Amino acid sequence: MFYAKKLNKMTYQADEKGYYGEFGGAFIPEMLYPNVEELRKQYLDIMKEDSFQKEFKALLKDYVGRPTPLYYAERFSKKYNTKVYLKREDLCHTGAHKVNNTIGQILMAKRLGKNRIIAETGAGQHGVATATVCALMGIECIVYMGEIDIERQAPNVARMKMLGAKVVPAKSGSKTLKDATNEAIRDWINNPVDTHYIIGSVVGPHPYPDMVARFQAVISEEIKTQLKEKENRENPDYVVACVGGGSNAAGAFFHYLDTPEVGIIAVEAAGKGIYTGESAATSALGKEGIIHGSKTLLMQTDDGQITEPYSISAGLDYPGVGPMHAHLFRSGRGEFISITDDAAMKAGLQLAKLEGIIPAIESSHALAIFEDRKFKEDDVVVVNLSGRGDKDLNTYIDYFEL
Amino acid sequence: MNRIKEKLQEDKKLLSIYFTSGYPEINDTVQIIKSLEKNGVDFIEIGLPFSDPLADGPTIQESSTIALKSGMTTNKLFEQLKDIRSEVSIPLIIMGYFNPILQFGVEKFCAKCEEVGIDGLIIPDLPVDVYNDNYKAIFDKHGLKNIFLITPQTSEERIRFIDEVSDGFIYMVSTASVTGSTKGFGEETKAYFKRIADMKLKNPQVVGFGISDEDTFNDATKYAKGAIIGSAFIKHLNKHGKNNIEDFVKSVRPV
Ligand SMILES: Cc1ncc(COP(=O)(O)O)c(C=O)c1O
Repeated sequence: MFYAKKLNKMTYQADEKGYYGEFGGAFIPEMLYPNVEELRKQYLDIMKEDSFQKEFKALLKDYVGRPTPLYYAERFSKKYNTKVYLKREDLCHTGAHKVNNTIGQILMAKRLGKNRIIAETGAGQHGVATATVCALMGIECIVYMGEIDIERQAPNVARMKMLGAKVVPAKSGSKTLKDATNEAIRDWINNPVDTHYIIGSVVGPHPYPDMVARFQAVISEEIKTQLKEKENRENPDYVVACVGGGSNAAGAFFHYLDTPEVGIIAVEAAGKGIYTGESAATSALGKEGIIHGSKTLLMQTDDGQITEPYSISAGLDYPGVGPMHAHLFRSGRGEFISITDDAAMKAGLQLAKLEGIIPAIESSHALAIFEDRKFKEDDVVVVNLSGRGDKDLNTYIDYFEL
Repeated sequence: MNRIKEKLQEDKKLLSIYFTSGYPEINDTVQIIKSLEKNGVDFIEIGLPFSDPLADGPTIQESSTIALKSGMTTNKLFEQLKDIRSEVSIPLIIMGYFNPILQFGVEKFCAKCEEVGIDGLIIPDLPVDVYNDNYKAIFDKHGLKNIFLITPQTSEERIRFIDEVSDGFIYMVSTASVTGSTKGFGEETKAYFKRIADMKLKNPQVVGFGISDEDTFNDATKYAKGAIIGSAFIKHLNKHGKNNIEDFVKSVRPV
């Protein structure tokens, strides 16, 4: 699953300093340098170890339930007159792709000799996935969560507590995901020796975006094998995924990044509409800047103050986007589409009715593109169904008055 | 000669104060600077407020949030500092995170600093290697000293490297912590102060983070050339307003 980087070969992977084109790098205060540097020096070697790969793969198989199915969505395909496959990350243990990364990082943390784990979470999915692997390994777990999100996501807060994690409210700034991330980073500054920070997406300083992308790459690795069985070809015409920070998308795109015949479609949350002031469509609204240690596209004022995004889906509610995606956008390799709250909610309900699958609202954004983005009848389109909708039932209920 | 280097040659322990520009009131910046100088502070760090100050604790964060809410901007700061050099002669350093500077334009920012008479910059999230590769030439052109941080976890090799590329002083972060800790300095921290002193670096060291009163100031400057107070001063402003700066300075360094 590792790509040896060949010199002079055009690639959309990170280079050794963690740059994707002009994006990425590690813009961190000196207080974080020893931690980040320790990880940077070792992550590739650790991931290459046989014992690591064995343990990682075994846990993905027996604990997470991989490989997740690649399901041909017949009724959905018929409706849009094209061939749509759903990559069923919603069937992962804990309900979303997030656990692929937390399994990888907890094994990494153990090998780095860390005995305390911190994480940030927005909707609580990454927090739950982190609390889960910490319970599995018997390691102390502290999850930072915006005070406002704690109120909005009570069931996930309860799950984390049940799993033994301590949930700490982030009370600074706007009291949501970006502030939870700030608090986690501050915790890491205060605990530089024994603690590993499990970041939940392909964001943050190098090596995080690359490391998280490699852990999530199992998604596209499986798609290749499964598509070969079903369609006798490894490459679909398109891969579609929603992008918050961009980890499920990075995993779904990973093994296709340098295969130009495969179209890459990244779907962002337009919220109430791109230009309403209540949106999270970073590619449309963002400018180059630095957030959480990475140079990337981010939503900010003219004065460089980071602004608060909005989406009905808490998992897409991040003012930046991973540097890989900034580069896919800037270089034109990726097609970026943004989907409003209304369109996403409708697409979620529709999938439930057509296929008997209730998707996470994040994933519903990816499903919603078929209304306007037309594909050819014989196109093979893989949509990464990043998570299931259990956590979103209240939002669905309120929205549709179910 | 650059005002920072000149100041470092004085035969005394230096007291520096950090405050967030635009706090407590948006137009307090100049008055606070003048008052600090009048009361014998040796140099000043002027904070450029940022929405997401990763290395700062709640006190400085909160002051930044208030300053931004009052309408503080980078342009506004330069406007306020327009005539500062007709009244203030101690070294002035701007401390800010990199994103607002990047949006303003690094070249334009440095030119503005030179124009109003800023002597140096502290940008915690601009790493040394990125600075060397991309920005050093610009800073040099405008006569600005860039101040780098070291921490108790910084390796000896890296400290030597930072000493090599520094030209002014090294900012020694006292403990593994964000700003605003009030725990005082334990034996481990004092041993770190001594360890750094024994390295005989070419640049003098100024200690910051966790200095709040006379005791911590004295501990920090036992070996180091000076110390910087931030959160404790912001708290003082918060409690007593900007008209009582003399008391604060005297409480740290009685005359
Ligand atoms: C189901 C699901 N999909 C997508 C996301 C967005 O994150 P990312 O863009 O990193 O995949 C989240 C985040 O919480 C999520 O829970």
